[in-house]
Amino acid sequence: MEIHPKSSGGATSLLRKSTIQVSKKISAGKEKSSSLLLAVGDGGYFTWQLVKEIFRFRIPWGEFIRQCYLVGNKSLSLVMATGFIMGLVLTIQSRPILVEFGAESYLPGMVGISLLREMGPVITALIFAGKVGSGIGAELGSMKVTEQIDAMEVSGARPFNYLVVSRVLACTLMVPLLVIFADFIGLLGSYIGANIKGDSNLILFFSRAFEPVMFSDLLPAIVKSFLFGAAIGIVSCYKGYYASSGTESVGLAANSAVVLSSLMIFIIDALAVQFTDIFFIQ
Amino acid sequence: MSNTKNITDVVRTTSIQKSFGDQVVLKDISFSLREKEKLVILGKSGSGKSVLIKCIVRLMVPDSGNIEVFGKDITGLDTEQLNELRERIGFLFQSAALYDSMSVRQNLEFPLRRVKKIKDRKLINSKVEEVLSNVNLEDAIDKMPSQLSGGMRKRIGLARTLIMDPEIILYDEPTTGLDPITSVEICDLINDIQKKYKSASIIITHDQNVVKITSSRLLILRDGLIHAEGTYEELKKSNDEWVHSFLN
Repeated sequence: MEIHPKSSGGATSLLRKSTIQVSKKISAGKEKSSSLLLAVGDGGYFTWQLVKEIFRFRIPWGEFIRQCYLVGNKSLSLVMATGFIMGLVLTIQSRPILVEFGAESYLPGMVGISLLREMGPVITALIFAGKVGSGIGAELGSMKVTEQIDAMEVSGARPFNYLVVSRVLACTLMVPLLVIFADFIGLLGSYIGANIKGDSNLILFFSRAFEPVMFSDLLPAIVKSFLFGAAIGIVSCYKGYYASSGTESVGLAANSAVVLSSLMIFIIDALAVQFTDIFFIQ
Repeated sequence: MSNTKNITDVVRTTSIQKSFGDQVVLKDISFSLREKEKLVILGKSGSGKSVLIKCIVRLMVPDSGNIEVFGKDITGLDTEQLNELRERIGFLFQSAALYDSMSVRQNLEFPLRRVKKIKDRKLINSKVEEVLSNVNLEDAIDKMPSQLSGGMRKRIGLARTLIMDPEIILYDEPTTGLDPITSVEICDLINDIQKKYKSASIIITHDQNVVKITSSRLLILRDGLIHAEGTYEELKKSNDEWVHSFLN
């Protein structure tokens, strides 16, 4: 039995009319919103391709290990320096207020909680996005512009797998490791900060720093560090891999990789705080 | 059906059309490439020559029309099948497209390790040395792409193409940006390679040297259509002004 559109009921007709109106609005509508939707769609498809490759266990191990070394090593010194300054400054700034309230002994615990739960992961991820994200965006963008990705494609070398999967996995693994380094160095910085005007023992300081730290503080921090790494990897690879032709687009890819990665870090952080609040904080 | 067609045609295109927005680049392109043939495609800049060969390896997808490579319709292949087919086709890009972060040796080893999955070090070394000697650049093996001249980059790009033993080689403006002497050297190299590897070639060019030295057949594109077709000698005798402007 054939169903003709005209024979369908009034509700369907109304639905069709509204659909046409909506589609007309979309097609004639603002370019910005449609390009934003397209970008979201493209990004979603890109991520889906990535997930498929990972779940098919098509991981280019050699390149993955090389990328782990490159991205980890490249940002280690910067992350450690930032972590150290973060701990030092936090301690120097907080100490006078705590002293005023006679709560100086809470200083290591406060710094420990702040670093482990929030500042360590977020600051490290932001540094990583600036250093590694821009590098990935520029590298893949340049490869795209100079037809190197096309050369891999036509030789059957599956460039998406080789270039994107390895880099995203490396970022996902390296950010949490760098966060651990940053947290540790941050606490060391805090210890030095505490000793500028006070006198504290290293072992006592660290044991006080970890005393109030619970499993519910560590787990969300670790989980969100993985998510930060994945977001930086995906955004940077996406921006580079789909850079348009022309040298200008290389700079644009690097720039937008950093900006969008940073934005993603804050969005993930905001969501992570909500989840932590629901599941861990009574 | 495709198996019953003339088997000497390694590439066959039928009514290819391709547009970018409102701009129609290819209107109706039908041609075939025979085994061991060197087909040169001429045309003004922006006439869609590069787009045409990119469609053959499905780097771009035509809006309509049919492309058969080794008797298979490439638009209907899945990723695995397409990659298998691409292993039989070499593509020399206009910029040579060497991988910047890899040395010449690594550039040449990459397709062997990644595509052919060859692990034997001796076999890889012998293949690398063989192709480098074919392009007369044995000394460049440990150099980085940034240390190579334009002509050397083209040769290494060609060596990377040859290492896969391709049955078809697509050259996208192989002599662009080179001096006349190096340009002739590249043309001679294309001829030598064709003799040695018995491959079929499509050569996109503006260069008279390439046309004279390498072509066994010529296609001239104009306004998205094939304007003229024939051997160099045949087209040289043509009274058509457009053809003359290209060949003189």
